[in-house]
Amino acid sequence: MLSALDKKLLRDLGRMKMQAIAIGLVIAVGVVVLVMMDGLFHSLSQTKDTYYDRYRLAQAYAPAVRAPKYLLNNLAAIPGVDSVMGRMRGGGLIDLPQEDVPISAAVLSLPDHGVPRLNDIYLAEGNQLDPSRENQAILLRSFANAHGISPGDTISATINGARRKLEIAGLAQSPEFLISMAPGELAPDDKRFAVLWMSETSLGAAFDLRGAFSEALFSLTRDAKLPQVLDRVDQVLANYGGTGAYGIEDQASNRFLTEEIKGLATQSKILPPIFLAIAAFLLNIVISRMIQSEREQIGLLKAFGYSSFEVSAHYFKFVLAIAIGGALVGCLIGVMVGRSYADLFQQYYKFPFLVFRVDPQAFIIGILVSVFTASAGALFVLRNVFALTPAVAMRPPAPADYSTAGGFLAVVNRLFDQPTRMVLRRVARHPGRAFGAALGVGAGMGLSAASIGLMMTFTTVVDQTFDYVDRSDMTVVFAALRSDKTLYELNALEGVAQVEPFRVVPVIMRNGLHSHKGALTGLIANPQQFRAVDKNLNPIRLRDDGIIIAKSLAKKLAIAPGQTMTIEVQEGERPILSMPIVGIAETLSGAPAYLQIGALNRALKQPNQISGAYLQIDEKYQSELYESLKAMPFIAGASLKSTSREAFETLMDQSAGSMRYVMSFIAAIITFGIVYNSARIAFAERARDLASLRVIGFTKGETAFVLLGELAIMVILAVPIGIAFGIGLNVAIVEGFSTDLYQIPNQLQPEAFGTAGIAVLVSSIFSGWMVKRNMDGLNLVSALKTRE
Amino acid sequence: MHKLNGDTAFRTQGLTKTYGEGAAAVHALRGVDIAIPTGEMVVLLGPSGSGKSTLLNILGGLDDATNGTAHFFDRELTTMGERALTLYRREHVGFVFQFYNLMPSLTAKENVELVTEIADDPMDAEHALSLVGLTERINHFPAQLSGGEQQRVAIARAVAKQPTVMFCDEPTGALDSKTGRSVLNVLQTVNQELGTTVMIVTHAAATAAMADRVIHFADGGVREVIENTTKLTADEIEW
Ligand SMILES: Nc1ncnc2c1ncn2[C@@H]1O[C@H](COP(=O)(O)OP(=O)(O)OP(=O)(O)O)[C@@H](O)[C@H]1O
Ligand SMILES: [Mg+2]
Repeated sequence: MLSALDKKLLRDLGRMKMQAIAIGLVIAVGVVVLVMMDGLFHSLSQTKDTYYDRYRLAQAYAPAVRAPKYLLNNLAAIPGVDSVMGRMRGGGLIDLPQEDVPISAAVLSLPDHGVPRLNDIYLAEGNQLDPSRENQAILLRSFANAHGISPGDTISATINGARRKLEIAGLAQSPEFLISMAPGELAPDDKRFAVLWMSETSLGAAFDLRGAFSEALFSLTRDAKLPQVLDRVDQVLANYGGTGAYGIEDQASNRFLTEEIKGLATQSKILPPIFLAIAAFLLNIVISRMIQSEREQIGLLKAFGYSSFEVSAHYFKFVLAIAIGGALVGCLIGVMVGRSYADLFQQYYKFPFLVFRVDPQAFIIGILVSVFTASAGALFVLRNVFALTPAVAMRPPAPADYSTAGGFLAVVNRLFDQPTRMVLRRVARHPGRAFGAALGVGAGMGLSAASIGLMMTFTTVVDQTFDYVDRSDMTVVFAALRSDKTLYELNALEGVAQVEPFRVVPVIMRNGLHSHKGALTGLIANPQQFRAVDKNLNPIRLRDDGIIIAKSLAKKLAIAPGQTMTIEVQEGERPILSMPIVGIAETLSGAPAYLQIGALNRALKQPNQISGAYLQIDEKYQSELYESLKAMPFIAGASLKSTSREAFETLMDQSAGSMRYVMSFIAAIITFGIVYNSARIAFAERARDLASLRVIGFTKGETAFVLLGELAIMVILAVPIGIAFGIGLNVAIVEGFSTDLYQIPNQLQPEAFGTAGIAVLVSSIFSGWMVKRNMDGLNLVSALKTRE
Repeated sequence: MHKLNGDTAFRTQGLTKTYGEGAAAVHALRGVDIAIPTGEMVVLLGPSGSGKSTLLNILGGLDDATNGTAHFFDRELTTMGERALTLYRREHVGFVFQFYNLMPSLTAKENVELVTEIADDPMDAEHALSLVGLTERINHFPAQLSGGEQQRVAIARAVAKQPTVMFCDEPTGALDSKTGRSVLNVLQTVNQELGTTVMIVTHAAATAAMADRVIHFADGGVREVIENTTKLTADEIEW
């Protein structure tokens, strides 16, 4: 049997269901963010780990030119090495009839029999290789799908200079190539990068590597010290063209994925607390006002001899019902949203499976935080209510003392008509209440502004990258270094308006203990096509006496202009250079470092060498140009800016960055929740007064004005608060969304504030309209008869 | 339940109550000295604003006094803490308020149960409602009841817990003579059969005829106390 008090609880919940739902929703979305982010983070990292584990992804890689197989024994003997595998690895070009330029591919060997000890593949379609047929290959599935290639098809490829027809035996996925990024591209593009797996026998012949390997893969023991292992490996391979062993953290695909997961981890640390804190704050305001309006009933219960504890317990149950209800719904939606997001990630990263997992801790934290903040809100007011004796708490609707509000009201009296005076007096009488509500709406608006600002900034990042940094129409990458005379050849092609060279050199940059495996880019001093820009987007003139490095890279290396860094070149003679940093470039993606191309070539003692060019083209001749480029065998790839841009946008929309849409949606819900609640509470507090106004002859319109005028003042007060709040929030959120893959600058977007302001306005008008409908339907008699 | 010693239910000495401070101070009670024997039916009369409700609130443990002492049997109310006052109200006091003060979200019966659930030896809620003639309307919400009906629910609520003392602040103010009489009848029955001390504040001077003791209040103090030698029953009162 329910006690009378519990019946009251249920009826009160029923009576205030719209409001309870609105509050519950605010809590729910706070929890959604927490659970969803946590789920995404855990699922992605768990899936990655499982995938790596299941397909035995190597933890270290050592490329060489030609190392005899018996060296594998020496490598296996290195302390810290668990297992070793040698394979052949080379580059190739795939020439598809429908593509204008050949596409670069990595070509890897698979053992003739059995599965590879390390870096196994997941054969998704078709068959394993038949080692007796040397023109068979397994193709990377994402590439095959992007071009509509199926098992059984034949493609034409150039491997080690020889053109051959390859029969596609099967399509495979591999944890080694979750991300396929063509050289010189900013974002992964399935179409532009291929992987071919062929049998050891067939590649041994193609690469002239019979009895040898050109890449050693390692798995390590638990206690292995990676730097030591790499050193020892380098020693072993030094005489066989070893170009420097590296750990998995420098493996391209893994680095990309790791950055994404790191991004999610940062987001899941920064965003949920912000959303929960705001939800908590709103909840606090709403609950405290709600309990405030129950003052009389609390007094009455106490008069009957209910102890403060019992009365508190009653209201706590009320609050808990809303908080736990909201939190549970939040957990549920969080899992659902997180799950569908994880599916999106799965597609983008092409995991063959997905381990979806939410840390139970996230549920617990979500529920606890909701319950705790809701109770704190209740506690705060209950304490005040209990400070009153029951007699005071029960006194009939205390006609508030408007006599002391002073000079302000004198002015009000002279200037305004009666309803306006009522509005202003009420606000002046309870400035704390009006301010609290304004603070709540302001917080909602700030959150919206920051979220919308973030969305806009993402667009800005894309625009800036392609309008200021990369202004070329096409990037051409050579298969090998070439003389800069090639520029004349390119320039002579019909449709080419302008040509600018670049040289990209793989390097390891070091500053003390900090290091980065990346590339040094040589450009002309005053490039027009591809530029380094400062934070005002003005081009930076490249120097020949030092390096301009990306802000993100400077941060990673903990280096500043004036300091010197060590550069270990990873090709050719592999010299070790030491160069000063002379400037910082604002980059939005990647972590580039720039030097004048002449100086770079001098340092490498390879004058006049270039590895590619940026072209400005005349669109009219685009297809002819493609034909000509295709005919030039030294060209490894040509990418159109529009294609790169699309890939970049896809990256930001399907990876961690896509979270911004969810954020904005949630911010909108929170904003609406608080505005609606404020309006409801104002109405509940005043229902009786408003009914009295109607009874003494005020029209519905005038009565509505008294209530909605108050709402309007609250919204007006909320705007500056929202702006201040949004500015602060912007900084925190931007931090959370920046990764090594792309940096989100801390830009304030005035339009975002405008949009958020409009959102608040629309919510207010809608809430006002809902409340007005309620008010018009107000039953005057019953409103006057009972005090609620 | 604690044993109650003595036969004076209430005794006050120099009881004062001041609201506010300085120039704005309102002296609601200016030194009240009264003694009320247990089991009596007491009627408080006096002009509006004279402090009747204030006195009832203090004796009922709802409000604290500014100065002076008030005893309930041998216990001093004026020094009791919040917890002790709560227990006092819970165990001994039944209230009928000037403004009915029903819980709007509970039905008539549930409003009564709200009190019987925490009482030591309550009567059945439906029985209490039948005493005030509301058998028919026990499942109605306050908003569906007339003012007089709401007041009767409030009385049933106070009676149901079988309190030691009952405070009724203008229990008949909103009622016609017939219902008023039946309400007073209930109070008289409670007083006579259960031995409950009943204090009634009223503006209807005629009610004084059924009291053991009539206290005339004026300007925050007792002007006159009259002990009736003969009492009328509620039915005999002239309205
Ligand atoms: N919270 C308060 N603040 C200031 N003054 C108060 C307060 N409560 C009561 N008073 C004043 O104390 C005096 C006594 O009030 P009380 O309610 O006891 O009168 P009453 O005799 O019950 O009057 P009525 O017959 O009209 O109910 C009145 O002058 C009233 O204005
Ligand atoms: Mg009174």
